[in-house]
Amino acid sequence: MILTRKEQARLFAREGFGRVRGLFAPRAASAPLLSHKAVAGPVPWVIAIMTALTVVAAAGGLALASIARTAQADLAGGITVQIAGPAAGEADRQARAALAVLSGAEGVASTRRLGAGEREDLLRPWLGDATLRTGASGEDDLLVMPELIEVRLSGASDPAAVDRVRTLLAKAAPDASASADMDWLGPLREAISALQWLAVALVALLVSATTAAVLLASRSALTANRETIEIMHLLGAHDLQVARMFQRSAALSAAAGGAAGFAVAEATILVLAGKFAALGPGSSAAGLRWFDWVVLVLIPVAGVGLAAVTARLTVLATLRRMP
Amino acid sequence: MSARCGDSEPTGSVTATPPRTELRTDARTLDLAKPGFGSTSGPIVRFENVGLRYGAGREVLSDITFKLHPGRFYFLTGASGAGKSTLLRLLYLAQQPSRGAITMFGEDAASLSRARRPDLRRRIGVVFQDFRLVPHLTVFDNVALPLRLAGVAEEELAGPVTDMIEWVGLTGAIDQRPSTLSGGEQQRVAIARAVITRPELLVADEPTGNVDPQMAVRLLYLFSSMNKLGTTVVLATHDTSLMHRQPDAAVLRLERGRLVDPTGMIRNPPERKRGP
Repeated sequence: MILTRKEQARLFAREGFGRVRGLFAPRAASAPLLSHKAVAGPVPWVIAIMTALTVVAAAGGLALASIARTAQADLAGGITVQIAGPAAGEADRQARAALAVLSGAEGVASTRRLGAGEREDLLRPWLGDATLRTGASGEDDLLVMPELIEVRLSGASDPAAVDRVRTLLAKAAPDASASADMDWLGPLREAISALQWLAVALVALLVSATTAAVLLASRSALTANRETIEIMHLLGAHDLQVARMFQRSAALSAAAGGAAGFAVAEATILVLAGKFAALGPGSSAAGLRWFDWVVLVLIPVAGVGLAAVTARLTVLATLRRMP
Repeated sequence: MSARCGDSEPTGSVTATPPRTELRTDARTLDLAKPGFGSTSGPIVRFENVGLRYGAGREVLSDITFKLHPGRFYFLTGASGAGKSTLLRLLYLAQQPSRGAITMFGEDAASLSRARRPDLRRRIGVVFQDFRLVPHLTVFDNVALPLRLAGVAEEELAGPVTDMIEWVGLTGAIDQRPSTLSGGEQQRVAIARAVITRPELLVADEPTGNVDPQMAVRLLYLFSSMNKLGTTVVLATHDTSLMHRQPDAAVLRLERGRLVDPTGMIRNPPERKRGP
């Protein structure tokens, strides 16, 4: 078709104006292409709950690991020597002899004999003040408190090290018994390990539930937007373009839910930390290191990624079945 | 191309010439003033013994063989249920044939991978009988949709889209949603959306079926204008009065799923045989 010069000038002017107008005032889309909040509905709420539970479970697991680590650090290399059985005088003699033998022994870093007050403090919760006062006054010789010596080794308190200490004590303090401090930690460590696995299982279950929620929401959103998706396809949209929209919607929903869930979880952890702190040093959730907090912060971030990937894969799989 | 409009330009709000625009996409530059970019010199569409059946039922299309040449105007006609819409669905790649070969723009469309199909679809503009506009988007966004899908930058959208909306005479409705428009207006939005990327092939499924005769003529004028710029147009209709307004058009006639005039010769004999 041949345009007249006048038509060409008019067309050029109109095009030029349109281009300039577009450059200075780009027009944002009036609405998202997919109906508002495609992968939304209850998804942000579900993700908020899942995130809160996951963060609390993970914090529990990390705190337990921290407690186990702290206890192990305290107790590793420690051996307790107990002299029980003989009368008070003989026990005192054997304790001093044991100290003398152990102090210069190879592999022994330090020794400390617990005083009477410390030993009473250890027994007070079980025996009570009255019994301890009676025993201490000497009016009744029924209660003879065992002598206790803390031995700190320069190396680990493995069975061989404990045997070496026992050999050293055999002649100097025949009534002495030695046990590694780690021995009593064994059952506790197993219990903590079981709780940690429980936390891992809980996190895995929550991740599965979150994945399932996003998967169902994505399918539902696909159904709700089927007409628009068909139109997009017929206009030349690639599956990845469609999937990207759902992915973004899912990620935004997960981000909103994740932020809310993390806030709730953090508040819960801080409250619990306060309660545990009241039990005494070493028992609080303040045992979480900065690295643990980084892990906790990464949980909602990972949730966003999980939701996005789940939505993307679900949508792509469903689109492949569409014409 | 020698096509000419059978009637004088209809009066109305449509403007004389489709806007010429050049848009940069992330992948390449689309020179929309040249509708045949990358086109082949021969027929752009070739159907050979194409058949289509749904499930184990009888064939709804049988032995369809025809070619579409670049820059020509085709009417696809036939009674209701003859298979016009189904044939168009094959043309705009919404359907795969049960048998036969379909070659579009030099590519085997019947065995085209899913990943390659969108690139071919972008060379085809489609106007649906029921418009199929996105209801929650404004007129502007509906028309801009193919450009956005093609990766055109937002700052480059406003000019071409506004011009296209002006071309179909809907400037005043640019921010309205489809539900607030009349049938004719919605159809014009659909046409604007179909041609905004200046497709090589424009397929329209009874675009005048839901509008009054005056609007039908105006819509035909829009298709004719696109055809004059080189776009191959296939327009399904059983409105014979409309066909008379486009005397140079070839006619593909379907009867019970079979093409009875595959070359368009019955309706559109060669030039030398015309005359008194």
